[in-house]
Amino acid sequence: MLNIALPKGRLGEKVYAMFEAAGFECPSIKEPGRKLIFENEENQVRYFWVKPSDVAIYVERGAADIGVAGKDILLEYEPRVYELLDLNLGKCRMAVAAPRDFYDDGEKTLRVATKFTNIAAGYYGGLGRDIDIIKLNGSIEIAPILGLSDVIVDIVETGTTLKENDLEVIETIVPISARLIANKAGFQFKRAQIEKIQQSLKAQVEHHD
Amino acid sequence: MIDQAILKREEKAVFGLRSLYRKYGYSPYKMSKFEEYEYYIRNKDFLVSDRIITFNDTNGRLLALKPDVTLSIIKNREDIPGCKQKVCYNENIYRVSDSTHQYKEIMQAGLECIGDIDLYDIYEAVSLAAQSLALISEDFILQISDLDILSAALNRVCPDAEFQRAATGFIAGKNAHDLQRLCREFDIDSDDAAVLSRFVSVCGSRVQVLDQMEELCGSWLGDSLNRLKKLSALLEKSPYSQKIIFDFSVVNDMNYYNGIVFRGYLSGICDGVLSGGQYDKLMRKMDRRSGAIGFALYLDLLEQLPSQRSSFDVDVLVLYDDTAPVAEAVEKLISGGKTVSAQKAVPPRLRYRELLDLRKEAATC
Repeated sequence: MLNIALPKGRLGEKVYAMFEAAGFECPSIKEPGRKLIFENEENQVRYFWVKPSDVAIYVERGAADIGVAGKDILLEYEPRVYELLDLNLGKCRMAVAAPRDFYDDGEKTLRVATKFTNIAAGYYGGLGRDIDIIKLNGSIEIAPILGLSDVIVDIVETGTTLKENDLEVIETIVPISARLIANKAGFQFKRAQIEKIQQSLKAQVEHHD
Repeated sequence: MIDQAILKREEKAVFGLRSLYRKYGYSPYKMSKFEEYEYYIRNKDFLVSDRIITFNDTNGRLLALKPDVTLSIIKNREDIPGCKQKVCYNENIYRVSDSTHQYKEIMQAGLECIGDIDLYDIYEAVSLAAQSLALISEDFILQISDLDILSAALNRVCPDAEFQRAATGFIAGKNAHDLQRLCREFDIDSDDAAVLSRFVSVCGSRVQVLDQMEELCGSWLGDSLNRLKKLSALLEKSPYSQKIIFDFSVVNDMNYYNGIVFRGYLSGICDGVLSGGQYDKLMRKMDRRSGAIGFALYLDLLEQLPSQRSSFDVDVLVLYDDTAPVAEAVEKLISGGKTVSAQKAVPPRLRYRELLDLRKEAATC
């Protein structure tokens, strides 16, 4: 039985459709209700919905053999997993944003508000810029408006939220999209099934490009 | 005489592994729990984590609780030209856990072979790694990679250190898509980029991988590929030959390791349980002329394997008071092969199969 962790929400639904098209359907997953685990004995698959940021943990710890996680989560938490495929879904970018009139003269320590402390530290570490990281869990955009930080590091999809809060992207750190990941040990013992899914998803991604 | 049934899986493994390594002439090596902190800090890049537990000795020296075994073994071995020193160990080490970010005691068993390493020594280490895994469970996979081949490919494609570091990371993660992106960023020729991408996808049966590697880069790999072929041929005779595969995603730190490296997985454990390889580069950094190969098995991970849990803590709970012949009753039960807990009252959470009540009030009921 192959255990597959899917991210709850619209992205997860799109991803499931891809698995279904690959021949790994599990009809019970579409039944209404609050159930989180679905199994198809015939196809030897078990799907479960988990919080998107938890998918990588389920896969790294072997509770799931494969899963779909955002590149942002993989860069932030650096789980020990194989990253098998870029699904080209949920595309956005990790970016530095600041108030429209912001100018970094480099004289002071830069105050950076973010949920993604590891990514922010890595990015500014690479630039050799001294920063003060302010870890926030949500509503990051208001931090510069209230003077809590100079800039923010966050995921930008359309940029509408930034615009509405008088912020603009000043630097793109890395493009983000959903990735198919696999547990390293699980991959060894269920390789044929995982590679079959990987190949089929890859064909679907290439077809859409 | 030890009752095997009461031993935990990791305890059985320790005995089995020691016996296996002794057969091949590896002498047990017992080391101190502590080492001078300075020694580790000089070689901190080799350690999995540079966070080390330190404390002051009675004479003020700063000591560290051992975070690694290999460094200590190298330190205490001299170069003896033409000879090989073979040691095995079973030690606890202390590292920061990746998941909890707190210090963790890790039970490790393994071996090191230091000296003029040749193909036989490499074969012996790989074969013993496979036999070590098989001692615990026959459901295992041992992945072998060759860092000399990977280095040759990377040097051929792009000598830039930043490129090589990033490309190695992507190969380790079987991440072909980001590797291709990296190649585009560095304007790598498309044929070269395709060769490098194959290092992600080429894995599995040794014969198939060797055929593909021959076709892909046989013209410029030469000796390294020949060594891999010879190693594969030697492993053909192993009863575990089918479980030993080639996979270039095994990428130990290339500043310290070179040549053959390997990693072992047991079905049911979410992470690699065995890791090893040749570390001649580490030897050079420590001013040693000889080569070395070794591996470690992380025995603490064996707890993850499913085990049969008993429904009872003891077979018989014997309740007694001051008038009861408890000693006689307990010995009789034990000689009959039962496990017994003698108590004056029923412990709240004790799970017992039978109750033998020797108390006076029980006799009068």
